[in-house]
Amino acid sequence: MTGCDTMQDKLFNKILVANRSEIAIRVMNACKVLGIPSVAVYSEADKNSKHRQFADEAVFIGPPAPGESYLSVDKIIAAAKETGADAIHPGYGFLAENPDFPGKCETEGITFIGPTSDAMKLMGNKVASRVAMVEAGVPLIPGMTSSATDIIVFRKAADEAGFPVMIKAAAGGGGKGMRIVHEASELDDAIEAAQREAKNAFGDDTVYLEKYIDNPRHVEFQVIADKHGDCVHLFERECSIQRRHQKIIEETPSVAVDEDLRARMGADAVKVAKAADYTSAGTVEFLLDTEGKYYFLEMNTRIQVEHPITEMVTGTDLVVEQIRVAAGQPLSKGIRDANQRGHAIECRLYAEDGDNNFMPSTGTVYHYSEPTGPGVRVDSGVKQGVEITIDYDPIMAKLIVHAPDRESAIVKMIDALHHYKILGVKTSKRFMVDVLNHPEFHAGRTYTNFIENNMSDRNNGQNDFKELAAAVASVAAQARPSAAVHTGGGGKEAIPSPWQLLGQWQIGDSIHG
Amino acid sequence: MFRIETKISTKSQDFLDNDDANRKQHAEFKERLDKVKLGGPEKSRQRHLDRKKLLPRDRLAGLLDKNTPFLELSPLAAYDMYDNNAPAAGMITGIGSVHGREVMVVVNDATVKGGTYYPMTILKHARAQAIAETNKLPCVYLVDSGGIFLPLQQGTFPDKDHFGRIFYNQARMSAKGIAQVSVVMGSCTAGGAYLPAMSDETIQVRKQGTIFIGGPPLVKAATGEVVSAEDLGGADVHCRTSGVSDHYAQNDAHALQMARNVIENLKPADKHELERSAPEDPYYDPEELYGVVSNDIRKPFDVREVIARIADGSRFHEFKELYGTTLVTGFARIMGYPVGIIGNNGVLFSESSLKGAHFIELCTQRKIPLIFLQNIAGFIVGRQYESGGIARDGAKMVHAVANADVPKFTVVVGGSYGAGNYAMCGRGYFPRLMWMWPNSKICVMGGEQAADVLATVKVRQLEKEGKKLTEDEVDEIRQPVIDKYESESTPYHSGARLWDDGMIGMTDTRQALALGISASLNAAIPDQKYGIFRM
Repeated sequence: MTGCDTMQDKLFNKILVANRSEIAIRVMNACKVLGIPSVAVYSEADKNSKHRQFADEAVFIGPPAPGESYLSVDKIIAAAKETGADAIHPGYGFLAENPDFPGKCETEGITFIGPTSDAMKLMGNKVASRVAMVEAGVPLIPGMTSSATDIIVFRKAADEAGFPVMIKAAAGGGGKGMRIVHEASELDDAIEAAQREAKNAFGDDTVYLEKYIDNPRHVEFQVIADKHGDCVHLFERECSIQRRHQKIIEETPSVAVDEDLRARMGADAVKVAKAADYTSAGTVEFLLDTEGKYYFLEMNTRIQVEHPITEMVTGTDLVVEQIRVAAGQPLSKGIRDANQRGHAIECRLYAEDGDNNFMPSTGTVYHYSEPTGPGVRVDSGVKQGVEITIDYDPIMAKLIVHAPDRESAIVKMIDALHHYKILGVKTSKRFMVDVLNHPEFHAGRTYTNFIENNMSDRNNGQNDFKELAAAVASVAAQARPSAAVHTGGGGKEAIPSPWQLLGQWQIGDSIHG
Repeated sequence: MFRIETKISTKSQDFLDNDDANRKQHAEFKERLDKVKLGGPEKSRQRHLDRKKLLPRDRLAGLLDKNTPFLELSPLAAYDMYDNNAPAAGMITGIGSVHGREVMVVVNDATVKGGTYYPMTILKHARAQAIAETNKLPCVYLVDSGGIFLPLQQGTFPDKDHFGRIFYNQARMSAKGIAQVSVVMGSCTAGGAYLPAMSDETIQVRKQGTIFIGGPPLVKAATGEVVSAEDLGGADVHCRTSGVSDHYAQNDAHALQMARNVIENLKPADKHELERSAPEDPYYDPEELYGVVSNDIRKPFDVREVIARIADGSRFHEFKELYGTTLVTGFARIMGYPVGIIGNNGVLFSESSLKGAHFIELCTQRKIPLIFLQNIAGFIVGRQYESGGIARDGAKMVHAVANADVPKFTVVVGGSYGAGNYAMCGRGYFPRLMWMWPNSKICVMGGEQAADVLATVKVRQLEKEGKKLTEDEVDEIRQPVIDKYESESTPYHSGARLWDDGMIGMTDTRQALALGISASLNAAIPDQKYGIFRM
């Protein structure tokens, strides 16, 4: 209502964002760009959250436990009805990949901003999607599609996949029952050993075989499709820097992808999306080996955490495009003609202790200030004074930089991380600076085992800072709350004023008939 | 602090009966409120929209920080008055947040008789200004009014609390550094022209807002000059030539954004720093108030059960629990703010009055805001109590209440009768804000008692003349009094006449109090000072 009238007809009257924290705010920003009012939902734990205050309206949906709030289809739909929202954006996580949700929305006459239930179901089913991809001619990791006991079957599969191969326990996990086999002569012994080990570890000696990929990279392609059969890819993102299968640093373009490979992988990504009759934004994940061979892993049917790096190099707004597409519009010119410019990196700031095996960290954010500058973007869900609890995913914010080339992007990211000040909870900031400074990272040798291979003997320098940390902590603890934070109501209070806590309350609103 | 332990069963018949009756009463209140909030008749609203003007509540929304509350004042002003032609007295007033700053907003509703001022409109405007002045809240006037409602000139123009008072208030507040901002979004004619002219900063919407001392018809009559309203007092004249306005706005939305910019550039508020803890919801569900509070004004209920459903964590540090038990006093928190609460559990005796005075002193010395939960039939009467000095002890409490300069808030949760109203910080004792619940009553005394008094007087008078009345004749005197008192003691009657700041639902109480306390802290709390307590 503030500001001037919008020029175009609204795609939707109002959009409810069924999520929290940074992604909720990200989506609301897209709504703002389109002149569409947004509705936040919030749980008991998020009463003082940034996303609640950022929306045009906010609806309380219950206790902190996600099952009773953010995951409750009924409550989310009731909130949409109550506020007159005619579309719901799920963000990522929570209800984003629940194949029942789009159908429920449709029944209620609400547009779900995302893919169809069918596309979600197909991609959520590993076997079915594998079959569909084989039919579509997309490369998969060669190997056996089911387990076997007959050694002949294993020999045949190994020959087809090509050595080295990996033998895995069907019931497996944690490396037990796993064997890498480099040549055919070792195969029989290795299978026997793996079966024995699997039997001991899991009480089940079923094993299977697939191609072993040495030093793989995680390379994924952003795709987006409209409801008129048009689908394009927006190039790759490399997300090989992972700890415990969780991405922490992503970049685009990938140093391992050249023009030719990009064209081939991109075309296959579009094939994957088309095979699923996909609409909206999605991500096709591949493993890329050192010889430039790539294999389809899975497709994520949602907006990804790391989507901003794609936006930075292509100059697009993927969430805006999702909304447009959901409203039935064809892909915009900007999306169809997008090309890559420069290099972008994203670091995820989790509330976890990067110096202590990424243990979750909780507490109150005493001080919070973000880096700024050209090509620096922060997608954040926190602010000064909020409490970080264990109720939800520990992601607090994403720091994204964009620079003309990879080397200057790394320098810019390190500088931005230094200027990112978060006091009160532990983060993986220092850890990420050390990754970015590592010679192997600079050399572009970023494989999915990067952290275990290069960071395990890291000197985290904790002792150098112990005294300083103690001093800062004592100041933070002693500072009167009033000195810490400026809040609404014109006062200086650490505790949010009722003006921030009560949403759009007016007299009579609390009356229950 | 200890948590209050409820003694009420939510399964008891009493609870269920109250719950049912109170919910019905609240539903009626909500329905009336929703209707009044629409503003003027459908036709006028459509005409307003056709002129590309925003409706008053949309203007309000554009001014305030989004997703923040609005503490509206007297939404049912003029209810059942003027043939119900002036919903909300043609004006919205209340406290809202602009750039995090608490401001008083006064919005004319041009869909109600062209936004003209009825007697109640003037009271409402002046009351908003009085609250702004006491609490040091910047004022934003969204002006769209044809001035005085001419058919009722005698209740609007000459007296000290009539129309002229509004501009006096502006000048006095401006002198105290309380910003006065006008947004001219429609007409400001004659006296109304002073509203923008007396402001610190004025915004005017082009081809929509006009300011003049005499409109085109008057000019023609007086001088023969023919001039359009726009040429006489439009934004182009006043922003470019006369200098009456300061900011030139393209449309309503633009003007409201400019008003936000004006507030953004004020000197920051210097709020009284009340020590605050993290807000905690009441342990007992506030919705249980419907069942806890007796719907029959004659049936008592324990005010602790009300406190337990308003206070943070239902915690209450009760003071003198065993002494003067008809008054309940103690400390609690409302959304983190420390408060002293005084509630009634019966009529006031000497002991309860002394306890009340003592407790008020504790709060004023510690600078803790006071909340009065009124449910009071009055002071105790009878020979024994008069000779015990109830008048003197009652006076102590009244004296303490009158001189308590901490922010005071009064909620009438039951009856408010006689001198009990004074001791419990009725309107005359300057509570910063005063609200009534839908079940409440306010009157000099109960209808039955008044009827008895009047009948007794009449009977004695006739006895002197040697006449005697039959029971039927006595009833004929009594019944009209009872009926009159009944209709005049409702919260609608009181709220319509601005004897309070409006009705709130039971479950609105905590929010309204928290916002009121937060707003009150814009003014410093002075050191305590009392006169002579008669001993």
